[in-house]
Amino acid sequence: MSRLEQRFKDLQAASRTALIPYIMTADPQPEVTLPLMHAMVQAGADIIELGAPFSDPMADGPVIQQAAERALAFGTSLRDVFRVVEDFRKTDNETPIIMMGYLNPIEVMGYAAFAEGAAAAGIDGIITVDMPPEEAEDYIAALREHDIDPVFLLAPTTTEARMAKIAAVASGFAYYVSLKGVTGSASLNVAEVAARVTCIRKHIKIPLGIGFGIKDAATAAKVSTCADAVVVGSAIVTQMAQNSGNIDKIITTVTDLLGAMRQAMAAAGAKIPN
Amino acid sequence: MSEKIDYAALPDAAGHFGIYGGRFVSETLMQALDELRDAYAKFKHDAKFQAEFDRDLAQYVGRPSPLYHAERLSREVGGAQIFLKREDLNHTGAHKINNTIGQALLARAMGKRRIIAETGAGQHGVASATVAARFGMECVVYMGAEDIQRQAPNVYRMKLLGARVVPVTSGSKTLKDALNEAMRDWVTNVDSTFYIIGTVAGPHPYPAMVRDFQAVIGREARRQCQEQTGALPDALVACVGGGSNAIGLFHPFLEDEAVKIYGVEAAGHGIGTGQHAAPLCAGKPGVLHGNRTYLMESDDGQIIETHSVSAGLDYPGVGPEHAWLKDIGRASYVAITDNEALAAFHQLTRVEGIIPALESSHAMAYGVKLAATLPPEQRLIINLSGRGDKDINTIAGIEGIQL
Repeated sequence: MSRLEQRFKDLQAASRTALIPYIMTADPQPEVTLPLMHAMVQAGADIIELGAPFSDPMADGPVIQQAAERALAFGTSLRDVFRVVEDFRKTDNETPIIMMGYLNPIEVMGYAAFAEGAAAAGIDGIITVDMPPEEAEDYIAALREHDIDPVFLLAPTTTEARMAKIAAVASGFAYYVSLKGVTGSASLNVAEVAARVTCIRKHIKIPLGIGFGIKDAATAAKVSTCADAVVVGSAIVTQMAQNSGNIDKIITTVTDLLGAMRQAMAAAGAKIPN
Repeated sequence: MSEKIDYAALPDAAGHFGIYGGRFVSETLMQALDELRDAYAKFKHDAKFQAEFDRDLAQYVGRPSPLYHAERLSREVGGAQIFLKREDLNHTGAHKINNTIGQALLARAMGKRRIIAETGAGQHGVASATVAARFGMECVVYMGAEDIQRQAPNVYRMKLLGARVVPVTSGSKTLKDALNEAMRDWVTNVDSTFYIIGTVAGPHPYPAMVRDFQAVIGREARRQCQEQTGALPDALVACVGGGSNAIGLFHPFLEDEAVKIYGVEAAGHGIGTGQHAAPLCAGKPGVLHGNRTYLMESDDGQIIETHSVSAGLDYPGVGPEHAWLKDIGRASYVAITDNEALAAFHQLTRVEGIIPALESSHAMAYGVKLAATLPPEQRLIINLSGRGDKDINTIAGIEGIQL
């Protein structure tokens, strides 16, 4: 059983919604990433989403764009993402890691080499923002060859026909982008999301994560009642940018934020069963 | 080429030209692209829509644009006869309006009241703001902060036309970043907004749709050349940034295998310096802005900054159909430096009394070089894609003249 499957199975048994923090590799400086990953697990992160920087992040708002620019200023490449995961795995072999990135660096490395490198490092799933299932046949085959889950996004604009298409190829979990917009956009409408999730669940039988627009503990708590996982990105990355240069401060502020979210999610009560 | 290629059949249903093209966008846009593809497929064969498009091209844009035999220039060069396809004489001063008319009609047919556009040199932004004014639509144009500096007259023109020009300060602050920002706007406002892409790049159906709207250039040139000379041209030359004026001229000639085709990229300070914008000449295939194509990229797959004196060519990618035409050998892609383009700018201005855009000056520079190697009975069509009024500040600056 893959780490992702195992983790969701355990969470399901405990009626617990996963908390998935997103950070950009090497942001705001390379030394932060590894200790922060471990600290986030301590603070209640169930899965970690690790960004791979790209020069032209079309789906991201200013917060993640700037994080990518900071990471790229250190020359951060896919191999650096692999390296940090490899180091993380020396002491944590349970927490699943999802890489989120754009297709071009992966194309340039080659699908097979990428999948092999990612698997060897200990990456469990890949979100490729600009790779829809229609173009992904060879890519998915390469990932599957190395037991990496292709995690696909669903959007408010996704029709039921497309949901079925995505369900046919997605594994690990599916990620519902809860608003029309880029990462870090205005806050989401929880009631609307809940209604949408009911429809998505008719097609998507694997765990469902929700992200985009989850800025604080209160929103995380509300969303957690209808999701298998809550993804928090820009809210964390903003904190990190504000404390650039001070690793201890970054770790404290991020773990405080995650701790508050975890607590609020627990207080919101058990997840509504699927 | 051993077997006959049905150029009209491409792209395939998923938008592929060989391995190029396709649709590489975030999930939020997939449905919008499906709707656009379906709407375009419907109106492409709708006689009423096409009649309105043709009428606008004739009465609003001023088509057909002339095919002008540049006799004095041809004599001076001493080779093939040079013909200029005068897209500079279109309303708003470039070929860009052919496409924005088509997409604005489509936006109206689809019930969208807000249009967005990206722009480099500002020509596409002006052409978009123009059609928005005419159709009474809201218009937002994304433009790199650096390009706003370089193309101040066009920025003011857009504002006069009622568009909001949003400076883009991320990345290299040029056309590629403006495209990123326009995509972000589209993702956020996808229900109300029609994104008018200005070139033959982006996710399917844009490369095919923009090509179809621009192909009027080549259809006219083909007919005009036959009327004026009794034969097809021997060669075609056009500049290639994203490549819309080039594909517009080339496409109706693709099956005429005797007609040689040359696309001219921007060599900037020289290909060897790395400071250029010539992905077909010096780049590699990759995925950017929704399509697979040749790109200027690092070994890690990051997009690298480009340089050209011409803002309209300063782009690290190129339309996927050009990538495919290069690979199959139907078209040749060459590059012209800033200095060569500037020399051609002055040559055309002084010899023929036509001030070309800096983009088109790249085509002029290569066309003149090519003409010199050909006998006088041969005919060469150069696409004069835009007029140079917008560039006079840049030219003056380079020459140390204060206007």
